[in-house]
Amino acid sequence: MSTPSGSEECPHMSETNTGPFTINRRRFVGASAAVGGMVAAAPLLAGCAAEEQAEGTVTVNLSINGERRAVAVDNRTSLLDLLRERTELTGTKKGCNQGACGACTVLLGGRRVNSCLTLAVMCEGAEVTTIEGLADGDRLHPLQQAFIDHDAFQCGYCTSGQIMSGVACIAEKHTGSPGEIREWMSGNICRCGAYTNIVTAIAQTATRA
Amino acid sequence: MFPFSFTKAIDERAALSAGAAGGRYIAGGTTLVDLMRETVERPASVVDINALPYREIQLGPTGLRVGALVRMTDLAAHPEVRGQFPVISQALELSASAQLRNMATIGGNLMQRPRCLYFRDITSGCNRRQPGSGCPAIGGENRGHAVLGTSDQCVATHPSDLSVALVALDAVVLLRSARGDRRVPIGSFFRLPGTTPDQEHDLRPGELIVAIEVPAGAHTSRSGYLKVRDRQSYEFALTSAAVAMDIQGGLIRAARVAVGGVGTVPWRLPEVERALTGQAPSVQLWTDAAARAADGAKPLSGNRFKVELVKRTVARQLATVGARV
Repeated sequence: MSTPSGSEECPHMSETNTGPFTINRRRFVGASAAVGGMVAAAPLLAGCAAEEQAEGTVTVNLSINGERRAVAVDNRTSLLDLLRERTELTGTKKGCNQGACGACTVLLGGRRVNSCLTLAVMCEGAEVTTIEGLADGDRLHPLQQAFIDHDAFQCGYCTSGQIMSGVACIAEKHTGSPGEIREWMSGNICRCGAYTNIVTAIAQTATRA
Repeated sequence: MFPFSFTKAIDERAALSAGAAGGRYIAGGTTLVDLMRETVERPASVVDINALPYREIQLGPTGLRVGALVRMTDLAAHPEVRGQFPVISQALELSASAQLRNMATIGGNLMQRPRCLYFRDITSGCNRRQPGSGCPAIGGENRGHAVLGTSDQCVATHPSDLSVALVALDAVVLLRSARGDRRVPIGSFFRLPGTTPDQEHDLRPGELIVAIEVPAGAHTSRSGYLKVRDRQSYEFALTSAAVAMDIQGGLIRAARVAVGGVGTVPWRLPEVERALTGQAPSVQLWTDAAARAADGAKPLSGNRFKVELVKRTVARQLATVGARV
């Protein structure tokens, strides 16, 4: 369901590529703030990130990928926005932002959840695992490697959510058949339609686990 | 999302006190956070109740008791619930997604808001969201809407699968406020829209759902849930049926039937139950009894198909549950 305030990509915040000068919006916003706020930066922030920029912050203490963090957030900040906007862990993706697509899936206390529907202020003391926390140094998690081996993605936008959900699906032992994997992975939408290869990657990893 | 004050209730007393002062309870947040972001919900104060002790799953001779903060995943997976109340496990596992079921609670499941695009869209009228602003669904996009229990004020479908199973099994909702406890049969917990569609349930200001109780009975173990959807998984019901039967000596001693996806509230079917009780199971009986499943239906422009579909859904599930050894 698309609504004016909800799910649409913010047009000002997309990646910008202007010929020889390539700059992404994260660097742009950061650089703007560093020079005391360029005039152009103000409407960008006002238009898009207002809900994350509001007053009334509280500090949330939580563990992200084994690292203890204290992060100041507004009450309204989702765990997803905490990860992406406050800790620079942008591997977790914002798709629908209404719990319908699964792109934002992370493990909270070892269980998969939609981080977009999780208020950050409710994560005090929580242990969060994101896609950045799966690999062991340079060694990919077996499911990450299986996604590469089986070509289980195309555009890649849903992939981190698929992998986090797949890791949980394997831990839950809901991998007895391709049908069972499909049912228990149904909270992760792939608009490229890589489902067949996603199921294969999960099935193979489950067998080897 | 509009600004709000946030407090984490450290115990029941603190929660009830904050609730009495107008605070909105939050547990899993899967409905509330979503609707707050859409600005459909605009609570000034949000009270986190996750520290409260309502986490029990107890089975005894009188039945099942489930704390309001039990997560959908955990109730569905409970081995004794699977064995003795399969309709509950099945209704839960056919709901939402694995992620949402890890977050969402049993109490919150009962408190889901109506399933209607216009309800979610603050640019359109909606008598539930804004009494008196009209119901665009009646003359608009209403394929997913209700055919039973509707009024000229509202035709939104009740979204909960679990509640359909609980209505079939005569569950009781345990409520608590600073003024004391109440036990409300789930059949009267949900309110028909009538002329006051904004009043969705029998919960008083500040009251908390503490637990649900499901009475034991010979019918509960022979039970199941069928959900018919536009896609195979992770989708609301077009129609659904919760069936429980006690069959002994070749006769149906008791039958419990409720349907979802078709009513403004979870819809019990006493006429279908009467047609089954005392009869011997047969293919003909399932069809004949299910023929009463849409009694009183008032289809809209886009959902006439539900009248036939709900009968077939009930007939199919009667056959499935009736055939089970």
